[in-house]
Amino acid sequence: MGTVEYIQHHLTNNSVGEGFWTFHLDTIIVSVMLGMLIIGVAMRLGKQLETGTPGGFQNFVESILDFVSVNVRDAFPGHNPLIAPLALTIFLWVWLMNFMDLIPVDLFPYLFQLITGDSHAYLKIVPTTDLNTTLAMSLTVFCLIVFYSIKIKGVWGYTKMFLFHPFGKFFVPVNIIMTLIEEVSKPLSLALRLFGNLFAGELVFLLIALIGGTLAVGAAALFWAPLQVILDLAWLIFHLLVITLQAFIFMVLTIVYLGMAHEEAH
Amino acid sequence: MNINATLLIQMIAFMLLIWFVNRVLWGPLSKLMEERQKKITDGLSAAEKGKHELELAEKKAKDVLKDAKHQAQNILGQAEKRGSEIVEDAKVKATEEAGRIKASAQAEIEQEVSRAREDLRKEVASIAVSGAEKILRKEIDATKHNDMLETLVKSI
Repeated sequence: MGTVEYIQHHLTNNSVGEGFWTFHLDTIIVSVMLGMLIIGVAMRLGKQLETGTPGGFQNFVESILDFVSVNVRDAFPGHNPLIAPLALTIFLWVWLMNFMDLIPVDLFPYLFQLITGDSHAYLKIVPTTDLNTTLAMSLTVFCLIVFYSIKIKGVWGYTKMFLFHPFGKFFVPVNIIMTLIEEVSKPLSLALRLFGNLFAGELVFLLIALIGGTLAVGAAALFWAPLQVILDLAWLIFHLLVITLQAFIFMVLTIVYLGMAHEEAH
Repeated sequence: MNINATLLIQMIAFMLLIWFVNRVLWGPLSKLMEERQKKITDGLSAAEKGKHELELAEKKAKDVLKDAKHQAQNILGQAEKRGSEIVEDAKVKATEEAGRIKASAQAEIEQEVSRAREDLRKEVASIAVSGAEKILRKEIDATKHNDMLETLVKSI
């Protein structure tokens, strides 16, 4: 198997359906399972909540909650009970989906191929390297932005924002285009940033995996295999930072965008 | 870059997850944390209040002690005064009693003296009568000389 085929094979989703009605099964199953993991752990924790002296795991979860609520308080004006759970969901879910990137690139595809018996079965286990996932989240956030903008500013206030912003009332056509770009760029930048970072990270992992996989033949493996281990470890440690940072950025920008939607028209 | 129906599924999954997270994780845990915060705040304010109350109680106790000391001093003073009064009273009473006893003794003595004088007078009279009888060697008729005898008795 050549280098290009190896990479392409790893970056292809296991899907069913045709055209638009294609479903990326691996993306859906992995992300839903991670979501269920969050719910399951939360429910287990919910049964043994303690007010007085929380144990280790409850402390850990509480510190995440505290972290999220501090961010919400800092970046979000006013009060909306939806924002904090939304931000928490984004942070936990995105982080867990990103974390799939740190699992050795060949482990799950290999196991999957063993189980199905098909040596060419596709499997891509990082849902955030699928643009559908990141775009799904950012579009949901976009819907909320539009909903709350209209709810807070009113239909006329929201329209006024398009007409008279940012250049005043003498540049209405320019204003409409500018504001439209500004609004549409919010979900697009959210989705593409996360997707791009994770996709690139996955690609680097694949390239590192190739060092030992295809370049090493015979005695050369003595040199290439340790190099692969060292590079893999370095990138893994760096990527641990990246996945947390990306989850954090997605969360904070969501809070900031929704905060902007909640500001009264001026 | 292939956008397809996976997007729709992921959107639905995302929304459901938000709902679930709010329901089983954020809701109960943030409520709990709020409760704990309130409990801690209450506890701290209660401790502050307790401290304040202790201070007040200490002050009050000091006041009570001071008051008690003062009262004790008062009582002691009164008792002393009363004691000296009683002693004074007793002295006066004793003096009075002594005077009374003295007076009654004097009266008795006087009575005794006058009775003795009466007795003596009667004795002397009878001695005088018997003396006169002897002198006269003649019996005196009591009824005949009664007047004379009585005059004699009185003159003695």
